[in-house]
Amino acid sequence: MLSNIGSILILSVLSLSLLIIYNSYLDLKNNNQLIKKSIYSLSLFQITFTILSFFTLIVGFIYSDFSIINVYENSHSEKPLFYKIAGSWGNHEGSLLLWINILVLFSYLFLIFNHKHNKKFRLYTLIFQNFLILGFIIFLLINSNPFSSIYPVPLDGLGLNPILQDPALAIHPPLLYIGFVGCSIYFSAAIASMLSEYSGKQFALAIKSWVQISWVFQTLGITVGSIWAYYELGWGGFWFWDPVENASLLPWFAISALMHSVMVLEKRNTLYEWVIILCLLTFILSVTGTFLVRSGILNSVHTFANDPSRGLYILLFLSLMVFTSLIIFFKKRKKEIYSFKSSSKETFILANNWFMVFFLATVLIGTIYPIFLDVITGAKVSVGPPFYNTVIIPLVIPFLLLMTFGPQSSWIKSKKKTLYKTFYILLGAFIINSTLFYFFGSFGFYSNLILITATFLILHSVIDAKKSIKNRKTFEYPRIISHLGFGMLVFFIGINHHHSIETDFNLKVGETKILYGYELFFENITIEPNKNYKSIIGDFKITDLKKNYTQYLNPEIRVYTNPETLTYEAAIKSKISSDLYLTMSNVTRSDFYNIKFQNKPFMIWIWISAFTIALGGFVQLILKKNEK
Amino acid sequence: MKNKFSKIIIFGFVISFLSIFWLGLKKDNSYNTKDLIGGKITNFQLRSIYNSDLITEENLKKNQFTLINFFASWCAPCRLEHKYLVKLVNQKKNIKILGINFKDKKNNAKTFLNELGDPYYFVAEDTDGKASILFGIYGIPESILIDKELTVIKKIIGPIDQEKLEEIFRLIK
Repeated sequence: MLSNIGSILILSVLSLSLLIIYNSYLDLKNNNQLIKKSIYSLSLFQITFTILSFFTLIVGFIYSDFSIINVYENSHSEKPLFYKIAGSWGNHEGSLLLWINILVLFSYLFLIFNHKHNKKFRLYTLIFQNFLILGFIIFLLINSNPFSSIYPVPLDGLGLNPILQDPALAIHPPLLYIGFVGCSIYFSAAIASMLSEYSGKQFALAIKSWVQISWVFQTLGITVGSIWAYYELGWGGFWFWDPVENASLLPWFAISALMHSVMVLEKRNTLYEWVIILCLLTFILSVTGTFLVRSGILNSVHTFANDPSRGLYILLFLSLMVFTSLIIFFKKRKKEIYSFKSSSKETFILANNWFMVFFLATVLIGTIYPIFLDVITGAKVSVGPPFYNTVIIPLVIPFLLLMTFGPQSSWIKSKKKTLYKTFYILLGAFIINSTLFYFFGSFGFYSNLILITATFLILHSVIDAKKSIKNRKTFEYPRIISHLGFGMLVFFIGINHHHSIETDFNLKVGETKILYGYELFFENITIEPNKNYKSIIGDFKITDLKKNYTQYLNPEIRVYTNPETLTYEAAIKSKISSDLYLTMSNVTRSDFYNIKFQNKPFMIWIWISAFTIALGGFVQLILKKNEK
Repeated sequence: MKNKFSKIIIFGFVISFLSIFWLGLKKDNSYNTKDLIGGKITNFQLRSIYNSDLITEENLKKNQFTLINFFASWCAPCRLEHKYLVKLVNQKKNIKILGINFKDKKNNAKTFLNELGDPYYFVAEDTDGKASILFGIYGIPESILIDKELTVIKKIIGPIDQEKLEEIFRLIK
């Protein structure tokens, strides 16, 4: 029953897309300044039906309608309600439906919010956005229909992969999708801009807010994913340079570059061509990322969602997108004359873009190099942290410096004096750093430089914040907040990296172990039955011998029944200054448990920093709303 | 002219990227050891976990058959397979087992062997795991069976059980 309703809704969305494309095309030839009413109504129907189809799927999950294959494969009648709901987008088919929802949502919002802009530009955007919607609906229907039914109806479902049963993971995909799929709207807008010749400052104004929205959501989505990995995977880290993490980072670099250069386009009416390239690139990279993750071409923690036949379709679609945008780009491009003064703000922003492109290229190469090598020579390799650390770390230093200097300069041409002043501060920082390195040399040269430049950026941001509060320059807040967040992020990652304690060993109940100034006492083991799993909980008493301070940690081993899986839950005590991290795993046929004990300084601050970066973008959106 | 050239470059670049992706899709992605079998073990040099003795590939030529076993004290399945390794050296005299201690602490490894028995004729350390990777190991436990000429006869991924043990018996008969 639900399966039929869902399928009918999807088919209606498909036909509405076709109707919107057809009507918009007719309306292009109409000389009327306003877009036809009927297009608005069609779009409203489209968004309503799309959202309804998603609700239908959620209802299927809530009431455990196992006649829907997707519910049968990913849910179980005994699962807690929250995870039943989250389960609807925790699988490939459901997440694709969510993806379509966001495509349609952005299409609708762009139509109604950008009414001040050129009609032709808006219609072309609508047409291309609906081509994207069509592409994904066809994919959904032929290959990944979440409403496919099964007969006879199974008695119970197979259950959701337990490592996905986590609050952070329930919100991680929606956040990330809003971020990634949101990029589609300025992909369409960029093509529309080229076709309708609606360029320059006006184009920048039309896409700016959309870029910021998707940037905020991408930043949040990546952060939440990292938090999930830290708390749930039990590896004690927050970033592994896993191919899937990289896939999410690629569009983020492009969009961060775009967010900066769109400002140049708005203020100085230049860099139009580059902004278009970035608009196209951001969404192309999002789809490339999806391809890499969903096709199973790369192996990683997200391999729950792979299937080569899906990969083929996404690849086909990706190729179509890339070639269409390239052909239109080369047909419509116009020569631009750039005249930048070397110390102007636009030069610094351009420099930011070079760095972003460099980081992007590094991560892209590291991620797809294994595929290339496998295809060409058949060798299997994986590219790990050493590659990224070696290539990226040295460049973080000048990057941080530019983030500090850049905002001090002004548009067109800045006074030399202010720049000299900051330069002196930097010189001072460099001398302090070199002296410290010479005498202590504890971190290594690069790490020292990174910490100093990060501190420099933090201090400067704080000084800037004071100044702009005094002078009531509210427009500077977002930049200061995000840059401050980035400085903090680098700083805390640096400290965390160098002062983490990590060790593992085997221990029996009743035994004590002393290491790095901590005493670990394995007091007891208890077994607790839960709704859909059984927990084996360890009681550990941990005493900080220096401070004579005791706390209890309870790592868990969870035995899930549907499907039968073991997961290891880390016990984490987060404090302002550091995290104690303990995981325990059973050693087969022995009384020993393998214990992994870590002390990680400033973990919470890494999350706070990442959220601060996103907060900057959020503040900008609010400020902009108040301006109107 | 210049414009045309850059167009060709960009299109060529994009096409090659996409076609590599396409080829990558068609490839069988599951890990298999087909290529390793029949290949030869090449130069290596590893240090013992007990003293400063070294072992090289020359050393293995003296054994009729060698099973190179990758293990660690922190690896639960390694514990599981250990008794089969002990069984193997007790029952067959024509095979020796070289243990390579993967990403482990020496003392933990020694305790492990004291507790469960030591079937190895040499235990080599590989603290950072690099040597094991050169052997083509992607997770432990794994074992490689080679003959006198250092040719790989069989590679076993995962713990050795009764069934796999019998297969080894057949191969070294």
